[in-house]
Formats: sequence, C-alpha cells, structure tokens
Amino acid sequence: MNQSLTRRILLAVGAPVAAVVFAVTLSSIFLLIAGSNPLQAYGDMLENASRLETFVDIINRATPLYISGIAAAIGFRMNLFNIGVEGQYLLAAFFAAVVGGAVELPPVLHVGLIFFVAVSVGASYAGVAGVLKVSRGINEVIATIMLNFIAIGGIIAWLAVEFLDREGASTGTKEIAESGRLPDLNGVLEIFTREITKGRELTSILIIAVLVGIGYHLFINRTRVGFDFRASGFNPLAARAGGVPPKKMIMYAMLLSGACAGLVGMVEILSESHKYDDGFVRGLGFLGIAVALLGRNHPGGIAVAALLFGFLDSSSGILQITGSATPEIVQIMQGIIVLAAVVAYEVVNRIKVRDEASAAAAAIERTPSDELEGASS
Amino acid sequence: MPTAIELKGITKRFPGVIANDDVNLTVEQGEIHAICGENGAGKSTLMKILYGMQPPDEGTMTVNGDEVRLGSPSDAIELGIGMVHQHFMLADQLTVLENVILGSEPVKDALGRLDFKEARAHFDEVGEAYGLTIDPDDLVETLEVGERQRVEIIKVLYRGAQILILDEPTAVLVPQEVEELFRNMRELKANGATILFIDHKLDEVLAIADRITVIRRGKTVATVDPGDVTADDLAELMVGSELPQPDTTESTVTDRVALSVSGVTVLDDNERPIVDDVTLDIHEGEILGIAGVEGNGQHQLVSAIVGTAHPSSGTVSLSADDITQWPVRLRREAGIAYVPQDRHHEGLLLDAPLWENAALGHQTKPPFSKGIWVDRAGSHRRTEEIREIYDVRTPNVDVSAHALSGGNQQKLILGREITSEPRLLIASHPTRGIDVGAQAAVWDHLRRARRDGLATLLISADLDELIGLSDRIAVMFRGRLVAFLDPNDVTPRDLGAYMTGARLDGTMGADAQGGAS
Repeated sequence: MNQSLTRRILLAVGAPVAAVVFAVTLSSIFLLIAGSNPLQAYGDMLENASRLETFVDIINRATPLYISGIAAAIGFRMNLFNIGVEGQYLLAAFFAAVVGGAVELPPVLHVGLIFFVAVSVGASYAGVAGVLKVSRGINEVIATIMLNFIAIGGIIAWLAVEFLDREGASTGTKEIAESGRLPDLNGVLEIFTREITKGRELTSILIIAVLVGIGYHLFINRTRVGFDFRASGFNPLAARAGGVPPKKMIMYAMLLSGACAGLVGMVEILSESHKYDDGFVRGLGFLGIAVALLGRNHPGGIAVAALLFGFLDSSSGILQITGSATPEIVQIMQGIIVLAAVVAYEVVNRIKVRDEASAAAAAIERTPSDELEGASS
Repeated sequence: MPTAIELKGITKRFPGVIANDDVNLTVEQGEIHAICGENGAGKSTLMKILYGMQPPDEGTMTVNGDEVRLGSPSDAIELGIGMVHQHFMLADQLTVLENVILGSEPVKDALGRLDFKEARAHFDEVGEAYGLTIDPDDLVETLEVGERQRVEIIKVLYRGAQILILDEPTAVLVPQEVEELFRNMRELKANGATILFIDHKLDEVLAIADRITVIRRGKTVATVDPGDVTADDLAELMVGSELPQPDTTESTVTDRVALSVSGVTVLDDNERPIVDDVTLDIHEGEILGIAGVEGNGQHQLVSAIVGTAHPSSGTVSLSADDITQWPVRLRREAGIAYVPQDRHHEGLLLDAPLWENAALGHQTKPPFSKGIWVDRAGSHRRTEEIREIYDVRTPNVDVSAHALSGGNQQKLILGREITSEPRLLIASHPTRGIDVGAQAAVWDHLRRARRDGLATLLISADLDELIGLSDRIAVMFRGRLVAFLDPNDVTPRDLGAYMTGARLDGTMGADAQGGAS
C-alpha cells in the first residue's frame, strides 16, 4: 500500500520534473551551440530570482498567466479549445480601460465597474463562439481564431482612434483616475520581509487570481454543474444520456472561460499602466494555453506552471543585462517544456492505466500475490 | 499427413493476468475445430497468438509439421493461415472484388495499374473451388451482414489461406444466415480447408464442429467429439458449473401502464422514417422484449424514449405524463433508467472513477448531490452498495472505469440504474460481451426488479435471453413493430423469420398489444 502511494506521487510529479530536466538539457545544447556558457546563464537566472524584487516581478507576471491558464483549462475540461482567450482578454481590457477612464466614481464602485465591464465583455465575446458552435456547429477553434483577429485587428484598432486620449501625452486611452486603481500589496509583503525597492509593486490582482483558482476548483470538482461539465468533457454521449444538456454546457463553458479571460488584463489596467495603449501586454492568452497544458488543468498545477513561466519571463531581462546568453533562450525553454510535458504526461498516463487495469484484474482473478507485486512495482 | 496446427504449452501473461496458461491444441488437416470458452477465458489471446499478432511468452507452435515463430500477421498469411475478424474490415464504397484484392492487388505493369482481369479470374477460381457465391461487382454497402462475412472469407482464401480462423462468426448473424455460413464452412472443409472457429453458442458448436476444445481461465480443459457430449456437458466444462438459463417464473404483469408509446416516428438524417409509427405499452412488472436485426430502428426507438432523439410525430407517456417534449434530465428524474447498448459510448465515463460513474444520470438526486454540491461521501457510499449487491469486482471505487472488465462495467451500470428506483428500465443488450457468470447475475437482477414492479423494455440480440426473460416480445423490422409474440410458444426460428422480414403477418391484434396475459 505504502509502496503504491509512493509510486503514485512519483508518477504525479515525475512527468513535469522530467519535462523541465529535458528542457534544461536541450536548452544547454542550444546555448553551447550559440557559444554561451549554459551554467553561467542558469546561474544568473537563479541568482536574479533569489532577489525579493525579482520575486515580486515573477508573481506579477505569473498572476495574469494563472488566470489565463484557468480560462483555457475551463474549456479543456469540456474538450473545448478556447484559443480565443487572447482576443477576449484584450477586448475586455480595452473596454474596461475606456469605461474606467471615462467615469469618476467612488473608489470601490469605480474598480467594481471596471471588473464588471471586463468580465462581461470577455464572457460575451467568448459567448459569440459558443453561440456559433451551438446553433451552427462551427468548430470553436476556427471561430475563436477568427474572433481573435476581429477583436485585435478590427474592433480595437478601429475604436482605439475614437478613444485616444488627446489631452495627455500618452498614445492610449485616457488614464484611469486614482479611484479606479487597486492599491498594491507591498504593505502586506513588508510585514514579512524588508521594504521593497520603489517601482516594484506586488499586484493585488494576485488575490483575485487565488480566488479564481479556488472558485475553479470548487466549481469543477465539488458542484453538480461542475460534474456535468466534466462528464461532458469525458464522454459527451454518455453525459447526454445521463441528462446533461450538451448545448447548455458548451455555452456555460464558453461564457465562464471568457469571463475568466476578461480578468487577465486587469493586472495591467488596475495595477500597472491604468490604460490601454500600443504597448499593452499581448500574448497572455496563448501562453495561458501552454500553462494550462503544463499544469494539467489542475488549479495547483496551473499555479506551478504559471510561476515557472513567470520566472522564465522575468529571467529574459537579466540575461540581456548580463549578456551571458541570448534572452530568446527563455522562449525556447518554454516551448520545449510544454512539448516535453505533453509527451511525459501521456507516458505517465499509460503507466497509470496499466497499473489500474492490473489492480482491477487482480480483484477478479485473485492471482497469486507475487505475480501482482511483480506487475506493480 | 501432418497436423495443421499444433500448440504445446503456450503461455501468455499480461500484467496481473495470465491470459493463456499452458494451452495445448491439436488441429488436424481438414477438420472444423471449435474453441469454446467464456468471455475472458483467453480465446482472443490464443487467436492473436495463432495469427501472429502477439508472441507467446512460452511454448511452441507447429504449422503443417514445421515449428514456427510468428512475428506478425504477414508471417501467418505466408504460412497459409487467414483470419476473419468478428468486426468486418471492409470498405463500404468499394465493390466486392475491390475489397477482396485490397492489400494484395495484382498489377499489370511497372506503372502499377491494377490488373482487374487477373483479379477477377483468381476471384472466380477461389469462389468456385470453395463453393462461395457472390457477385464481385456489388457494392459492399448494399450487402447483408452474412454476405459481408462471405466477402471476408473470400478475402482470406484469395490470399491462399488453407487454415481459416473465424472469430465468433455467428455473433452478428440471424439464424438463417448462420445456416448459410455453416453450409459454406462444410463446403470449405470438403475442399480441403481447415477451420478453427471461436464461439460460445453451444448448439452451434455442436452442430458444426468435428472436434471441440474448451478453454477455461486460460487453460485448455478438454478436447471432445461433439457426438460424445451434450450442450450441458460442454457448458459445464466451460463455466465449471451449471449453465444459467434465462427463465422468468410466473407473471408479475399488472394492469398499470408505465410507458405508453403511441404512433412514434423518428426520421433519420435523410428524412426517412427509421422508426415508423411505433405503438407499444409496457405495464408495471412487465418485461417487453424487442427482437430485431440490429439497425432496424431499435436504437432510435430507445433514444426517443430516453429523450436523446426527437420524434417527428407521436407521443411518449410515462404513467400519466406526456413526456414527448421533456429534456433527458427531466425524464431521468421522473424515473427512466437506461442501460445503453454500448457501455463505452453512452454508459460510462471511462476516465472517471467508479463513484462518479455511479452518479452519472442520477447526479441531480441524493445520495449523489446535496443542493448545488456533489455529495462525495454519499456517492461513495452508494457506489460501495452497488459494488456489494451487484458484485462489481474492483479493488476500490476510486479506480477509473476503464480498468474494469466488460462484465463488471455492465454490473456497475445495471446497479446504478436499478438502485435509482426507476419506474421504467430500458435495457439495451444488457448482457452483450460479458461472460456467462455476469450474464446470469444480470438476468437475476432484471427478474428481481420485474418482481418488484418495474416496467422493463428489453432490447437484445440474444434470442434465448429475449424468450427467457420477456413477458411479451415485439419484433422490429425496418422501423416497424411487425409482430407481438408470446415467448411461451415462439421458437428462435420463428423469431428469425420475422426479424429478417421473411414473415410479415405478425399477430398485431389488439389482444397481443394490450398484452397483460
């Protein structure tokens, strides 16, 4: 029994660890070919990460990645591939910035309004793909890719001109007033450790991200609708025969995923730049898919994956400064980790399936125990 | 003359299971040799070893006197061993001839153009030599099941096979087609072919085989001559105990109608009626059996009752409620239980643990949920109950459903449906693909539920099961119910005639439909 528990834990952590080891090895080869010293590059990365300022930077980067990962995971749990998180979060952030910049409200209400706009825009835009799938059978992958283009190249590009802040010097939307900003969490952090250098502010969206993670876990694993959700993901036909309305589930999944996506841009809007401009951070939607894959759609796993990606992103800056390696190595590593993880998970999955099958067979056959131990150790 | 195939001490292990354990088998030239055994006895593994799909861990194999080691099916084909799989592997859009030559096409020239003349000549030669007739230019999609099987056999012979392995060839056939197959098999034998066939229908084995080898729990327990044994003897060899018989005791049919289907028509994608104006009533405490060759609308009829298909006309009523427009969930909550024909398709979440599978279809009711929350403790408790009462063999209820054998999966489904205390149970092929022991258990549970007043719609391809369990049998042919029969005075032969459309003058009287006899 004890032995099988150890084996299960090993199987659970073995795959991502193997993926990271594999990625580090392969990246080292790339670095060597490029004429860099991999050990020095990794040394720089780790040393940098051990500083409190970098820690804050990693969390700030990991927070939107985490929310984006959850948004992708909600779709994945139902076998829906919401590639549109990218478009949904950018569109949501844009409208949130426009509305947030246009009004003056008491602090809590102002922030609440911005959240509300972001979540509803994200959900509605994802809902379009949901409606297309439910009513016309259009594959959500195609629909969301198209909607990404429409959102970024179409709606935002077109409206950005209309809402350009002509008074200030900035190139984006009007900056949101103080009342529509969230305080940072540096104070909380400083209770535990020393003061943080100016310019590094721990985003309070972190709290939202944690709540989203807990909510995701409770919803998927503990609620009846969450069960319907997973059932549809496991086997839509069986779920349907079991009374789960398939079309409703698709709509729920897309709306929830989109609502989450709407929160991705909030770090930037509420804690950092307080506006939407040309420099607004892009690509978090696609990274979220990678993070969800790496984290196996598990709320804890996604957190680890988001932190890993946050660390790697944060490292690319220091590599540029020290010059010990090209910063692009970070993207290479991210790519390799995800690919390797997908392969490793599949291998582990097969081992698990075999273990379970032999345990179940043992329950039927009651074969001699030595035969069994031979199979499962 | 050397023996065609001789196996000595063949052993094959899988993790946790010994599929074949010291199997010994001697097949003489030109005989029809049957291999019988329960599901899971190791027949399929043995066939795979014979056909080179899996190497044995131990033991030797001799073909025509020479010891051989088969690395792949092509080695087997080279030695003249051919296999006809249970599930046909034919391309519907191609003709018979094209299907037969697929994979070993004769070519005319270096350009690789097909030599149809040569192919046709060889095809005719084979057909003539073994007395198999079929038009080479027919499209496979237009063929009946029995004819498709003949194409598969010709395909194997075309490749020069002298030894044929037939994997449960009668499973998909109606009685008339089985007779035709047996005629063909005798013809093949008369022309020098050796046939090894797997079956677990004992009457068929006794009718056709020259010798019978019985496998039980991976071991060859006996090889007997059909003349020396009865079906009961064979069954005892197979299961090691008495053969369970489907046999419903006295009638428990009441006059309270549980399900009433009236004039229901379901259209297929091409707007053609796949269920055509079907009317039937099932009473509390009654089992209504539906017989029919697969694909005559049974599944669509079931779907219309469960709610996954929508009838274009007609009504479905559960007790007094007209449920025609209700969604599946409401119907399930109202007490419709459903054992689907294919447990992997509609029955299970294979990657989810057993306790979640036990909740599927009943997740909105206690003990599986409390308010909006899943009741994990309650679900576990209920699953443990099902495990115990329905004898689901599993290490615990947290393993994934795919780890269980088919029989145990089926017992889990049956358990979850019956313990939900339904008003109507739809059981579609409830014992398909499960072993004799599990089959007997399923029958017992169906009978017990019937005694407790459950109305059951039973769809089955196993005619003995239908006759043994049902209070009335309706025959479905081309979407219509063509006959209501009394199982007490109907034979498989009669049923077969209605099922194939050979007879259409069913006793459709109001008396038989009212049915509470």
